[in-house]
Amino acid sequence: MLEFRNVNTYYGDLHVLKNVNYNLGAGEIICLLGGNACGKSTTMKTIMGIVRPTSGEVIFEGQRIDKLSTAERVRRGIAPVLEARRLFPRMTVFENLEMGAFTRKRGPEFNEDLDRVYTLFPRVKERRDQQAGTLSGGEQQMVAIGRALMARPKLICMDEPSMGLSPLFVEQTFEIIQTINRQGVTIFMVEQNAAMALSIAHRAYVLQTGQVVLSGPASELRENEQIREAYLGEMQVAAE
Amino acid sequence: MSPFDLLLQQIINGLSLGSMYALLALGFTIVYGIMELINFSHFNVFMIGSFVAMGVLSLFGLQGQSILMHGAPLVVALIVALVVTMVACGLLGVLIERVALRPLRGVQGPMAMITTIGVSYVLSNATMLALGANTKNFPNPIPPMTFHIGTAQITAFQIVIWVLSALLMGGLYMFVQRSKLGKAMRATAQDPDAALMMGVEVNRVIMTAFFLGSALAGAAGFIFGLYYNFTNFGIGFTAGLRAFTAAVLGGIGNIPGAMLGGILIGLIEAMAGQYVGAKWADVIIFSLLVLVLIARPAGLLGRLAPTKS
Ligand SMILES: Nc1ncnc2c1ncn2[C@@H]1O[C@H](COP(=O)(O)OP(=O)(O)OP(=O)(O)O)[C@@H](O)[C@H]1O
Ligand SMILES: [Mg+2]
Repeated sequence: MLEFRNVNTYYGDLHVLKNVNYNLGAGEIICLLGGNACGKSTTMKTIMGIVRPTSGEVIFEGQRIDKLSTAERVRRGIAPVLEARRLFPRMTVFENLEMGAFTRKRGPEFNEDLDRVYTLFPRVKERRDQQAGTLSGGEQQMVAIGRALMARPKLICMDEPSMGLSPLFVEQTFEIIQTINRQGVTIFMVEQNAAMALSIAHRAYVLQTGQVVLSGPASELRENEQIREAYLGEMQVAAE
Repeated sequence: MSPFDLLLQQIINGLSLGSMYALLALGFTIVYGIMELINFSHFNVFMIGSFVAMGVLSLFGLQGQSILMHGAPLVVALIVALVVTMVACGLLGVLIERVALRPLRGVQGPMAMITTIGVSYVLSNATMLALGANTKNFPNPIPPMTFHIGTAQITAFQIVIWVLSALLMGGLYMFVQRSKLGKAMRATAQDPDAALMMGVEVNRVIMTAFFLGSALAGAAGFIFGLYYNFTNFGIGFTAGLRAFTAAVLGGIGNIPGAMLGGILIGLIEAMAGQYVGAKWADVIIFSLLVLVLIARPAGLLGRLAPTKS
Protein backbone atom coordinates (compact mmCIF):
# COMPACT_ATOMS: atom_id res chain seq x y z
CA MET A 1 0.00 0.00 0.00
CA LEU A 2 2.85 2.39 0.85
CA GLU A 3 6.28 1.99 -0.59
CA PHE A 4 9.59 3.85 -0.35
CA ARG A 5 11.93 3.15 -3.26
CA ASN A 6 15.53 4.23 -2.69
CA VAL A 7 14.48 7.37 -0.88
CA ASN A 8 17.13 9.93 0.01
CA THR A 9 16.24 12.91 2.18
CA TYR A 10 18.41 15.87 3.10
CA TYR A 11 18.16 18.84 5.43
CA GLY A 12 20.59 21.19 3.72
CA ASP A 13 23.81 19.19 3.66
CA LEU A 14 22.69 16.71 6.26
CA HIS A 15 21.90 13.40 4.59
CA VAL A 16 19.21 11.81 6.76
CA LEU A 17 17.47 8.98 4.89
CA LYS A 18 19.95 7.00 2.82
CA ASN A 19 18.53 4.81 0.08
CA VAL A 20 15.64 3.73 2.23
CA ASN A 21 13.14 1.10 1.09
CA TYR A 22 9.93 0.27 2.92
CA ASN A 23 7.02 -1.78 1.75
CA LEU A 24 3.87 -1.69 3.84
CA GLY A 25 1.01 -4.02 3.06
CA ALA A 26 -2.61 -2.98 3.45
CA GLY A 27 -4.04 -3.95 6.83
CA GLU A 28 -0.69 -4.33 8.56
CA ILE A 29 0.74 -2.76 11.68
CA ILE A 30 4.33 -1.94 10.86
CA CYS A 31 6.68 -0.44 13.34
CA LEU A 32 9.83 1.50 12.72
CA LEU A 33 12.49 1.16 15.38
CA GLY A 34 15.71 3.06 15.81
CA GLY A 35 17.77 5.19 18.11
CA ASN A 36 17.61 8.95 18.42
CA ALA A 37 18.22 11.05 15.34
CA CYS A 38 18.30 8.10 12.95
CA GLY A 39 15.55 9.52 10.75
CA LYS A 40 12.31 8.11 12.11
CA SER A 41 10.46 11.40 12.25
CA THR A 42 11.99 12.32 8.92
CA THR A 43 10.39 9.18 7.49
CA MET A 44 7.00 10.40 8.72
CA LYS A 45 7.61 13.89 7.35
CA THR A 46 8.56 12.40 4.01
CA ILE A 47 5.32 10.44 3.88
CA MET A 48 3.27 13.53 4.76
CA GLY A 49 5.15 15.77 2.34
CA ILE A 50 6.64 18.14 4.90
CA VAL A 51 10.04 17.04 3.64
CA ARG A 52 10.60 16.16 -0.02
CA PRO A 53 13.01 13.39 -0.98
CA THR A 54 15.94 14.46 -3.15
CA SER A 55 15.77 11.19 -5.01
CA GLY A 56 13.70 8.04 -4.88
CA GLU A 57 9.96 7.47 -4.98
CA VAL A 58 7.17 7.34 -2.45
CA ILE A 59 4.27 5.28 -3.72
CA PHE A 60 0.81 5.07 -2.18
CA GLU A 61 -1.75 2.66 -3.59
CA GLY A 62 0.25 2.26 -6.77
CA GLN A 63 0.70 5.98 -7.46
CA ARG A 64 3.64 8.25 -6.84
CA ILE A 65 2.85 10.80 -4.17
CA ASP A 66 6.23 12.36 -3.51
CA LYS A 67 5.44 15.45 -5.57
CA LEU A 68 1.93 15.95 -4.19
CA SER A 69 0.93 18.57 -1.64
CA THR A 70 0.29 17.49 1.92
CA ALA A 71 -3.39 18.31 1.54
CA GLU A 72 -3.66 15.98 -1.45
CA ARG A 73 -1.99 13.17 0.48
CA VAL A 74 -4.44 13.64 3.34
CA ARG A 75 -7.28 13.54 0.80
CA ARG A 76 -5.97 10.26 -0.56
CA GLY A 77 -6.13 8.70 2.88
CA ILE A 78 -2.97 9.30 4.88
CA ALA A 79 -3.32 10.87 8.32
CA PRO A 80 -0.69 11.65 10.94
CA VAL A 81 -0.51 11.31 14.70
CA LEU A 82 2.33 13.71 15.29
CA GLU A 83 5.29 13.45 17.60
CA ALA A 84 4.29 14.98 20.97
CA ARG A 85 0.61 15.07 19.88
CA ARG A 86 0.68 18.64 18.59
CA LEU A 87 -2.96 19.44 19.19
CA PHE A 88 -4.14 22.99 18.57
CA PRO A 89 -3.89 24.10 22.20
CA ARG A 90 -6.34 26.99 22.15
CA MET A 91 -9.00 25.22 20.16
CA THR A 92 -11.55 22.95 21.77
CA VAL A 93 -11.35 19.18 21.57
CA PHE A 94 -14.23 19.23 19.11
CA GLU A 95 -12.53 21.83 16.93
CA ASN A 96 -9.39 19.71 16.92
CA LEU A 97 -11.45 16.80 15.65
CA GLU A 98 -12.98 19.07 13.02
CA MET A 99 -9.49 20.02 11.88
CA GLY A 100 -8.78 16.32 11.41
CA ALA A 101 -11.62 16.23 8.91
CA PHE A 102 -10.45 19.43 7.23
CA THR A 103 -10.10 18.01 3.73
CA ARG A 104 -13.56 16.44 3.81
CA LYS A 105 -17.06 17.78 3.32
CA ARG A 106 -19.23 18.13 6.40
CA GLY A 107 -22.03 15.59 6.13
CA PRO A 108 -23.42 12.35 7.51
CA GLU A 109 -20.00 10.74 7.15
CA PHE A 110 -18.55 13.35 9.48
CA ASN A 111 -21.07 12.40 12.14
CA GLU A 112 -20.37 8.70 11.65
CA ASP A 113 -16.67 9.30 12.16
CA LEU A 114 -17.35 11.45 15.17
CA ASP A 115 -19.41 8.65 16.69
CA ARG A 116 -16.63 6.20 15.99
CA VAL A 117 -14.13 8.42 17.81
CA TYR A 118 -16.48 8.97 20.74
CA THR A 119 -17.12 5.23 20.98
CA LEU A 120 -13.41 4.46 21.02
CA PHE A 121 -12.72 7.26 23.48
CA PRO A 122 -15.71 8.10 25.70
CA ARG A 123 -13.39 10.44 27.57
CA VAL A 124 -12.93 12.55 24.45
CA LYS A 125 -16.67 13.02 24.21
CA GLU A 126 -16.80 14.21 27.83
CA ARG A 127 -14.09 16.76 27.12
CA ARG A 128 -15.36 17.93 23.75
CA ASP A 129 -15.74 21.58 24.75
CA GLN A 130 -12.51 21.83 26.72
CA GLN A 131 -9.47 23.65 25.33
CA ALA A 132 -7.12 20.98 24.04
CA GLY A 133 -4.10 22.60 25.70
CA THR A 134 -5.60 21.97 29.13
CA LEU A 135 -6.00 18.20 28.68
CA SER A 136 -3.71 15.69 30.36
CA GLY A 137 -1.07 14.03 28.22
CA GLY A 138 -3.07 10.84 27.97
CA GLU A 139 -6.23 12.67 26.98
CA GLN A 140 -4.28 14.61 24.39
CA GLN A 141 -3.08 11.37 22.89
CA MET A 142 -6.68 10.16 22.56
CA VAL A 143 -7.64 13.37 20.80
CA ALA A 144 -4.59 13.12 18.53
CA ILE A 145 -5.59 9.61 17.47
CA GLY A 146 -9.22 10.68 17.16
CA ARG A 147 -8.19 13.63 15.03
CA ALA A 148 -6.35 11.30 12.67
CA LEU A 149 -9.40 9.05 12.43
CA MET A 150 -11.57 12.01 11.45
CA ALA A 151 -9.72 12.10 8.12
CA ARG A 152 -11.18 8.62 7.47
CA PRO A 153 -7.68 7.44 6.59
CA LYS A 154 -6.47 4.23 5.02
CA LEU A 155 -3.05 4.71 6.58
CA ILE A 156 -2.22 6.34 9.90
CA CYS A 157 1.38 7.36 10.54
CA MET A 158 2.14 7.59 14.23
CA ASP A 159 5.27 9.18 15.58
CA GLU A 160 6.03 7.80 19.04
CA PRO A 161 2.51 7.35 20.33
CA SER A 162 3.76 6.09 23.71
CA MET A 163 6.00 9.08 24.39
CA GLY A 164 5.42 10.55 27.84
CA LEU A 165 2.56 8.23 28.76
CA SER A 166 2.32 6.07 31.88
CA PRO A 167 2.83 2.32 31.34
CA LEU A 168 -0.85 1.61 31.94
CA PHE A 169 -1.82 4.22 29.41
CA VAL A 170 0.70 2.97 26.88
CA GLU A 171 -0.96 -0.40 27.09
CA GLN A 172 -4.40 1.12 26.51
CA THR A 173 -3.10 3.12 23.58
CA PHE A 174 -1.66 0.03 21.96
CA GLU A 175 -4.96 -1.79 22.43
CA ILE A 176 -6.74 1.07 20.70
CA ILE A 177 -4.21 0.95 17.87
CA GLN A 178 -4.98 -2.74 17.40
CA THR A 179 -8.71 -2.02 17.42
CA ILE A 180 -8.32 0.64 14.76
CA ASN A 181 -6.17 -1.72 12.73
CA ARG A 182 -8.82 -4.43 12.92
CA GLN A 183 -11.29 -1.91 11.51
CA GLY A 184 -9.12 -1.92 8.39
CA VAL A 185 -6.67 0.91 8.88
CA THR A 186 -3.00 0.29 8.09
CA ILE A 187 -0.71 1.56 10.85
CA PHE A 188 2.86 2.76 10.40
CA MET A 189 4.28 3.47 13.81
CA VAL A 190 7.56 4.92 14.99
CA GLU A 191 8.45 3.67 18.43
CA GLN A 192 11.25 3.81 20.96
CA ASN A 193 9.33 1.39 23.14
CA ALA A 194 10.39 -1.56 21.01
CA ALA A 195 9.08 -4.29 23.25
CA MET A 196 5.55 -2.93 23.28
CA ALA A 197 5.60 -2.06 19.62
CA LEU A 198 6.84 -5.48 18.54
CA SER A 199 4.17 -7.13 20.63
CA ILE A 200 1.39 -5.68 18.48
CA ALA A 201 3.15 -5.15 15.15
CA HIS A 202 3.06 -7.59 12.24
CA ARG A 203 6.33 -6.43 10.80
CA ALA A 204 9.10 -4.06 11.69
CA TYR A 205 11.96 -2.10 10.19
CA VAL A 206 15.06 -1.06 12.08
CA LEU A 207 16.68 2.18 11.07
CA GLN A 208 20.25 3.08 11.95
CA THR A 209 21.71 6.47 10.98
CA GLY A 210 19.32 6.70 8.10
CA GLN A 211 19.69 3.20 6.74
CA VAL A 212 17.42 0.20 7.07
CA VAL A 213 19.61 -2.40 8.76
CA LEU A 214 17.01 -5.01 9.59
CA SER A 215 13.47 -5.85 8.67
CA GLY A 216 11.11 -8.73 9.02
CA PRO A 217 8.13 -10.16 10.88
CA ALA A 218 7.82 -8.76 14.39
CA SER A 219 8.01 -12.22 15.91
CA GLU A 220 11.41 -12.81 14.32
CA LEU A 221 12.73 -9.46 15.41
CA ARG A 222 11.67 -10.19 18.95
CA GLU A 223 13.98 -13.20 18.91
CA ASN A 224 16.84 -11.40 17.16
CA GLU A 225 19.93 -11.09 19.36
CA GLN A 226 20.92 -7.66 18.05
CA ILE A 227 17.49 -6.24 18.69
CA ARG A 228 17.33 -7.78 22.12
CA GLU A 229 20.58 -6.13 23.04
CA ALA A 230 19.86 -2.78 21.49
CA TYR A 231 16.18 -2.22 22.20
CA LEU A 232 14.64 -4.90 24.34
CA GLY A 233 16.85 -4.66 27.40
CA GLU A 234 14.11 -3.11 29.41
CA MET A 235 11.59 -5.77 28.56
CA GLN A 236 13.87 -8.52 29.75
CA VAL A 237 14.48 -6.75 33.00
CA ALA A 238 10.79 -6.24 33.42
CA ALA A 239 10.04 -9.85 32.58
CA GLU A 240 12.52 -11.25 35.09
CA MET B 1 -19.46 72.44 29.53
CA SER B 2 -19.13 70.98 32.98
CA PRO B 3 -15.96 68.96 33.70
CA PHE B 4 -18.04 65.83 33.67
CA ASP B 5 -19.60 66.57 30.29
CA LEU B 6 -16.18 67.44 28.97
CA LEU B 7 -14.87 64.06 30.03
CA LEU B 8 -17.91 62.36 28.56
CA GLN B 9 -17.38 64.21 25.30
CA GLN B 10 -13.80 63.01 25.10
CA ILE B 11 -14.86 59.46 25.82
CA ILE B 12 -17.33 59.69 22.94
CA ASN B 13 -14.65 61.07 20.62
CA GLY B 14 -12.10 58.59 21.88
CA LEU B 15 -14.37 55.65 21.21
CA SER B 16 -14.84 56.81 17.62
CA LEU B 17 -11.13 57.24 17.04
CA GLY B 18 -10.46 54.05 18.94
CA SER B 19 -12.77 52.07 16.66
CA MET B 20 -10.71 53.26 13.72
CA TYR B 21 -7.43 52.28 15.37
CA ALA B 22 -8.90 48.93 16.37
CA LEU B 23 -9.92 48.13 12.79
CA LEU B 24 -6.46 49.05 11.61
CA ALA B 25 -4.71 47.17 14.43
CA LEU B 26 -6.58 43.97 13.54
CA GLY B 27 -4.74 43.72 10.23
CA PHE B 28 -1.36 43.79 11.97
CA THR B 29 -2.45 41.21 14.47
CA ILE B 30 -4.07 38.75 12.06
CA VAL B 31 -1.05 38.65 9.78
CA TYR B 32 1.38 38.51 12.68
CA GLY B 33 -0.57 35.70 14.32
CA ILE B 34 -0.20 33.55 11.25
CA MET B 35 3.19 34.49 9.83
CA GLU B 36 5.01 36.23 12.70
CA LEU B 37 5.51 39.06 10.26
CA ILE B 38 5.09 42.73 11.07
CA ASN B 39 3.52 44.06 7.90
CA PHE B 40 4.35 47.74 7.58
CA SER B 41 2.77 47.98 4.14
CA HIS B 42 -0.49 47.88 6.10
CA PHE B 43 0.08 51.59 6.95
CA ASN B 44 -0.43 52.65 3.40
CA VAL B 45 -3.11 50.19 2.45
CA PHE B 46 -5.06 52.21 5.01
CA MET B 47 -4.02 55.48 3.37
CA ILE B 48 -5.06 54.22 -0.06
CA GLY B 49 -8.37 53.15 1.47
CA SER B 50 -9.12 56.78 2.32
CA PHE B 51 -8.45 57.80 -1.29
CA VAL B 52 -10.56 55.01 -2.73
CA ALA B 53 -13.43 56.00 -0.46
CA MET B 54 -13.05 59.62 -1.48
CA GLY B 55 -13.06 58.63 -5.15
CA VAL B 56 -16.20 56.55 -4.85
CA LEU B 57 -18.02 59.25 -2.90
CA SER B 58 -17.13 61.79 -5.58
CA LEU B 59 -18.65 59.47 -8.21
CA PHE B 60 -21.89 59.91 -6.29
CA GLY B 61 -21.34 63.64 -6.44
CA LEU B 62 -20.38 63.81 -2.80
CA GLN B 63 -17.63 66.38 -2.52
CA GLY B 64 -16.71 69.12 -0.09
CA GLN B 65 -18.37 69.84 3.18
CA SER B 66 -21.96 70.56 2.17
CA ILE B 67 -24.70 68.05 2.73
CA LEU B 68 -25.93 67.01 -0.70
CA MET B 69 -27.87 63.85 -0.04
CA HIS B 70 -30.31 62.55 2.51
CA GLY B 71 -32.03 59.35 3.45
CA ALA B 72 -31.82 56.23 1.36
CA PRO B 73 -29.62 57.56 -1.48
CA LEU B 74 -27.05 58.71 1.06
CA VAL B 75 -27.09 55.36 2.82
CA VAL B 76 -26.63 53.58 -0.51
CA ALA B 77 -23.74 55.86 -1.48
CA LEU B 78 -22.02 55.26 1.84
CA ILE B 79 -22.48 51.51 1.69
CA VAL B 80 -21.23 51.30 -1.88
CA ALA B 81 -18.22 53.42 -0.99
CA LEU B 82 -17.48 51.22 1.99
CA VAL B 83 -17.80 47.94 0.12
CA VAL B 84 -15.73 49.11 -2.85
CA THR B 85 -13.05 50.47 -0.53
CA MET B 86 -12.87 47.28 1.50
CA VAL B 87 -12.72 45.00 -1.52
CA ALA B 88 -10.15 47.18 -3.27
CA CYS B 89 -7.92 47.29 -0.20
CA GLY B 90 -8.40 43.58 0.44
CA LEU B 91 -7.24 42.82 -3.10
CA LEU B 92 -4.33 45.24 -2.73
CA GLY B 93 -3.25 43.36 0.40
CA VAL B 94 -3.46 40.03 -1.41
CA LEU B 95 -1.45 41.46 -4.30
CA ILE B 96 1.27 42.74 -1.96
CA GLU B 97 1.53 39.32 -0.34
CA ARG B 98 1.63 37.52 -3.66
CA VAL B 99 4.15 39.78 -5.38
CA ALA B 100 6.43 41.04 -2.63
CA LEU B 101 6.20 38.60 0.26
CA ARG B 102 5.57 35.10 -1.05
CA PRO B 103 8.97 34.90 -2.79
CA LEU B 104 10.55 35.53 0.63
CA ARG B 105 8.51 32.87 2.43
CA GLY B 106 10.73 30.68 4.53
CA VAL B 107 13.67 33.07 4.36
CA GLN B 108 15.03 33.53 7.87
CA GLY B 109 15.62 36.95 9.35
CA PRO B 110 14.07 40.37 8.89
CA MET B 111 14.00 40.40 5.06
CA ALA B 112 10.24 40.10 4.74
CA MET B 113 9.65 42.84 7.30
CA ILE B 114 12.10 45.19 5.57
CA THR B 115 10.30 44.44 2.31
CA THR B 116 7.00 45.54 3.82
CA ILE B 117 8.62 48.86 4.78
CA GLY B 118 9.75 49.23 1.17
CA VAL B 119 6.28 48.44 -0.13
CA SER B 120 4.85 50.98 2.27
CA TYR B 121 7.05 53.74 0.84
CA VAL B 122 6.26 52.68 -2.72
CA LEU B 123 2.54 52.97 -1.99
CA SER B 124 2.80 56.37 -0.36
CA ASN B 125 5.14 57.82 -2.99
CA ALA B 126 3.10 56.43 -5.85
CA THR B 127 0.02 58.06 -4.34
CA MET B 128 1.87 61.34 -3.97
CA LEU B 129 3.07 61.27 -7.57
CA ALA B 130 -0.28 60.27 -8.97
CA LEU B 131 -2.53 62.54 -6.92
CA GLY B 132 -0.26 65.28 -5.66
CA ALA B 133 1.26 66.05 -2.29
CA ASN B 134 -1.40 68.52 -1.20
CA THR B 135 -3.93 67.65 1.45
CA LYS B 136 -7.35 66.80 0.03
CA ASN B 137 -10.72 67.70 1.42
CA PHE B 138 -12.56 64.54 2.37
CA PRO B 139 -16.34 64.97 1.95
CA ASN B 140 -18.50 65.24 5.00
CA PRO B 141 -21.75 63.80 3.69
CA ILE B 142 -23.47 62.77 6.91
CA PRO B 143 -26.04 65.30 8.14
CA PRO B 144 -24.96 66.99 11.39
CA MET B 145 -27.65 65.43 13.51
CA THR B 146 -26.66 65.43 17.15
CA PHE B 147 -27.91 63.81 20.31
CA HIS B 148 -27.17 65.33 23.65
CA ILE B 149 -26.16 63.85 26.94
CA GLY B 150 -25.98 66.87 29.18
CA THR B 151 -23.97 69.25 27.08
CA ALA B 152 -21.87 66.50 25.53
CA GLN B 153 -22.95 65.60 22.04
CA ILE B 154 -22.93 62.51 19.91
CA THR B 155 -23.14 63.14 16.21
CA ALA B 156 -24.94 60.86 13.80
CA PHE B 157 -21.65 60.20 12.16
CA GLN B 158 -20.08 58.93 15.38
CA ILE B 159 -22.94 56.50 15.75
CA VAL B 160 -22.32 55.35 12.19
CA ILE B 161 -18.67 54.69 13.09
CA TRP B 162 -19.59 52.71 16.19
CA VAL B 163 -22.19 50.59 14.48
CA LEU B 164 -19.94 49.96 11.50
CA SER B 165 -16.95 49.03 13.65
CA ALA B 166 -19.02 46.78 15.86
CA LEU B 167 -20.42 44.99 12.81
CA LEU B 168 -17.03 44.55 11.19
CA MET B 169 -15.28 43.39 14.33
CA GLY B 170 -18.17 41.10 15.26
CA GLY B 171 -18.17 39.74 11.73
CA LEU B 172 -14.44 39.10 11.84
CA TYR B 173 -14.72 37.40 15.19
CA MET B 174 -17.54 35.15 13.99
CA PHE B 175 -15.62 34.33 10.83
CA VAL B 176 -12.51 33.33 12.74
CA GLN B 177 -14.46 31.37 15.36
CA ARG B 178 -17.05 29.64 13.21
CA SER B 179 -16.10 29.30 9.57
CA LYS B 180 -13.95 26.51 8.26
CA LEU B 181 -11.38 28.91 6.84
CA GLY B 182 -11.41 30.87 10.09
CA LYS B 183 -10.67 27.72 12.05
CA ALA B 184 -7.87 26.92 9.63
CA MET B 185 -6.49 30.40 10.36
CA ARG B 186 -6.53 29.78 14.09
CA ALA B 187 -5.01 26.34 13.69
CA THR B 188 -2.25 27.73 11.49
CA ALA B 189 -1.53 30.48 14.02
CA GLN B 190 -1.28 27.93 16.83
CA ASP B 191 0.76 25.26 15.07
CA PRO B 192 1.53 25.82 11.38
CA ASP B 193 3.11 22.40 10.78
CA ALA B 194 0.28 20.51 12.41
CA ALA B 195 -2.26 22.57 10.44
CA LEU B 196 -0.40 21.74 7.24
CA MET B 197 -0.62 18.06 8.08
CA MET B 198 -4.37 18.31 8.56
CA GLY B 199 -4.47 19.31 4.90
CA VAL B 200 -4.75 23.07 5.39
CA GLU B 201 -3.42 24.95 2.40
CA VAL B 202 -1.18 27.55 3.94
CA ASN B 203 -1.27 29.89 0.95
CA ARG B 204 -5.03 30.14 1.17
CA VAL B 205 -4.87 30.92 4.87
CA ILE B 206 -2.26 33.60 4.34
CA MET B 207 -4.22 35.14 1.46
CA THR B 208 -7.32 35.22 3.63
CA ALA B 209 -5.43 36.90 6.43
CA PHE B 210 -4.12 39.58 4.08
CA PHE B 211 -7.51 40.08 2.47
CA LEU B 212 -9.37 40.46 5.74
CA GLY B 213 -6.75 42.64 7.41
CA SER B 214 -6.44 44.92 4.40
CA ALA B 215 -10.20 45.18 3.94
CA LEU B 216 -10.51 46.32 7.55
CA ALA B 217 -7.71 48.82 6.92
CA GLY B 218 -9.78 50.13 4.02
CA ALA B 219 -12.75 50.60 6.32
CA ALA B 220 -10.47 52.38 8.80
CA GLY B 221 -9.22 54.67 6.00
CA PHE B 222 -12.82 55.57 5.19
CA ILE B 223 -13.51 56.33 8.84
CA PHE B 224 -10.34 58.43 9.04
CA GLY B 225 -11.57 60.59 6.18
CA LEU B 226 -14.99 61.03 7.70
CA TYR B 227 -13.56 61.84 11.11
CA TYR B 228 -10.86 64.34 10.15
CA ASN B 229 -12.32 65.53 6.82
CA PHE B 230 -9.01 65.37 5.05
CA THR B 231 -6.58 62.90 3.63
CA ASN B 232 -3.14 62.96 2.08
CA PHE B 233 -0.41 60.55 1.07
CA GLY B 234 1.22 60.73 4.51
CA ILE B 235 -1.63 59.75 6.85
CA GLY B 236 -0.62 56.09 6.84
CA PHE B 237 2.51 56.58 8.86
CA THR B 238 1.05 58.43 11.85
CA ALA B 239 -2.22 56.56 12.16
CA GLY B 240 -0.55 53.27 11.19
CA LEU B 241 2.12 53.58 13.85
CA ARG B 242 -0.52 54.26 16.48
CA ALA B 243 -2.56 51.28 15.35
CA PHE B 244 0.52 49.10 15.35
CA THR B 245 1.19 50.28 18.89
CA ALA B 246 -2.38 49.35 19.73
CA ALA B 247 -1.82 45.84 18.43
CA VAL B 248 1.35 45.45 20.52
CA LEU B 249 -0.32 47.00 23.56
CA GLY B 250 -3.18 44.50 23.35
CA GLY B 251 -0.84 41.59 22.64
CA ILE B 252 0.18 41.13 19.03
CA GLY B 253 -1.41 38.11 17.43
CA ASN B 254 -4.42 38.37 19.73
CA ILE B 255 -7.65 39.58 18.06
CA PRO B 256 -9.53 40.86 21.14
CA GLY B 257 -6.23 42.41 22.22
CA ALA B 258 -6.06 44.50 19.04
CA MET B 259 -9.61 45.72 19.61
CA LEU B 260 -8.88 46.66 23.22
CA GLY B 261 -5.56 48.28 22.33
CA GLY B 262 -7.19 50.31 19.56
CA ILE B 263 -9.92 51.64 21.82
CA LEU B 264 -7.36 52.57 24.49
CA ILE B 265 -5.19 54.45 22.01
CA GLY B 266 -8.24 56.31 20.70
CA LEU B 267 -9.25 57.31 24.22
CA ILE B 268 -5.72 58.48 25.03
CA GLU B 269 -5.57 60.56 21.88
CA ALA B 270 -8.89 62.23 22.66
CA MET B 271 -8.03 62.83 26.33
CA ALA B 272 -4.58 64.15 25.51
CA GLY B 273 -6.10 66.57 23.02
CA GLN B 274 -8.47 67.89 25.67
CA TYR B 275 -6.34 67.96 28.79
CA VAL B 276 -2.66 68.21 27.88
CA GLY B 277 -2.50 69.20 24.23
CA ALA B 278 -2.69 67.06 21.14
CA LYS B 279 1.04 67.20 20.57
CA TRP B 280 1.54 65.13 23.71
CA ALA B 281 -0.64 62.27 22.49
CA ASP B 282 2.20 60.24 21.03
CA VAL B 283 4.40 60.82 24.06
CA ILE B 284 1.67 59.47 26.31
CA ILE B 285 0.84 56.57 23.98
CA PHE B 286 4.42 55.37 23.73
CA SER B 287 5.16 55.90 27.43
CA LEU B 288 2.15 53.78 28.23
CA LEU B 289 3.33 51.17 25.77
CA VAL B 290 6.71 50.97 27.48
CA LEU B 291 5.11 50.71 30.93
CA VAL B 292 2.69 48.01 29.85
CA LEU B 293 5.43 46.00 28.16
CA ILE B 294 7.59 46.19 31.29
CA ALA B 295 4.76 44.81 33.38
CA ARG B 296 3.34 42.45 30.75
CA PRO B 297 5.88 41.77 28.01
CA ALA B 298 3.31 39.96 25.90
CA GLY B 299 0.85 42.87 25.97
CA LEU B 300 -2.45 43.19 27.82
CA LEU B 301 -4.15 40.08 26.47
CA GLY B 302 -1.15 38.39 24.86
CA ARG B 303 0.48 35.15 25.82
CA LEU B 304 4.19 34.77 26.15
CA ALA B 305 5.78 31.93 24.22
CA PRO B 306 2.81 30.40 22.43
CA THR B 307 2.39 26.70 23.13
CA LYS B 308 4.42 25.27 20.33
CA SER B 309 6.85 22.40 20.53
N1 LIG C 1 14.12 20.64 10.10
C1 LIG C 1 15.36 20.13 10.25
N2 LIG C 1 16.42 20.84 9.84
C2 LIG C 1 17.68 20.34 9.97
N3 LIG C 1 17.96 19.14 10.50
C3 LIG C 1 16.93 18.40 10.93
C4 LIG C 1 15.59 18.85 10.82
N4 LIG C 1 14.77 17.89 11.33
C5 LIG C 1 15.58 16.90 11.72
N5 LIG C 1 16.87 17.18 11.49
C6 LIG C 1 18.02 16.32 11.78
O1 LIG C 1 17.84 15.10 11.08
C7 LIG C 1 18.25 14.00 11.87
C8 LIG C 1 17.11 13.00 11.95
O2 LIG C 1 16.04 13.61 12.65
P1 LIG C 1 14.68 12.85 12.99
O3 LIG C 1 13.78 13.86 13.62
O4 LIG C 1 14.20 12.15 11.79
O5 LIG C 1 15.17 11.81 14.09
P2 LIG C 1 14.33 10.72 14.88
O6 LIG C 1 14.81 9.40 14.41
O7 LIG C 1 12.89 10.99 14.82
O8 LIG C 1 14.87 10.97 16.35
P3 LIG C 1 14.09 10.95 17.77
O9 LIG C 1 14.02 9.53 18.18
O10 LIG C 1 15.02 11.73 18.64
O11 LIG C 1 12.77 11.58 17.57
C9 LIG C 1 18.67 14.56 13.20
O12 LIG C 1 20.08 14.62 13.23
C10 LIG C 1 18.07 15.95 13.24
O13 LIG C 1 18.89 16.84 13.96
MG1 LIG D 1 11.43 11.67 16.13
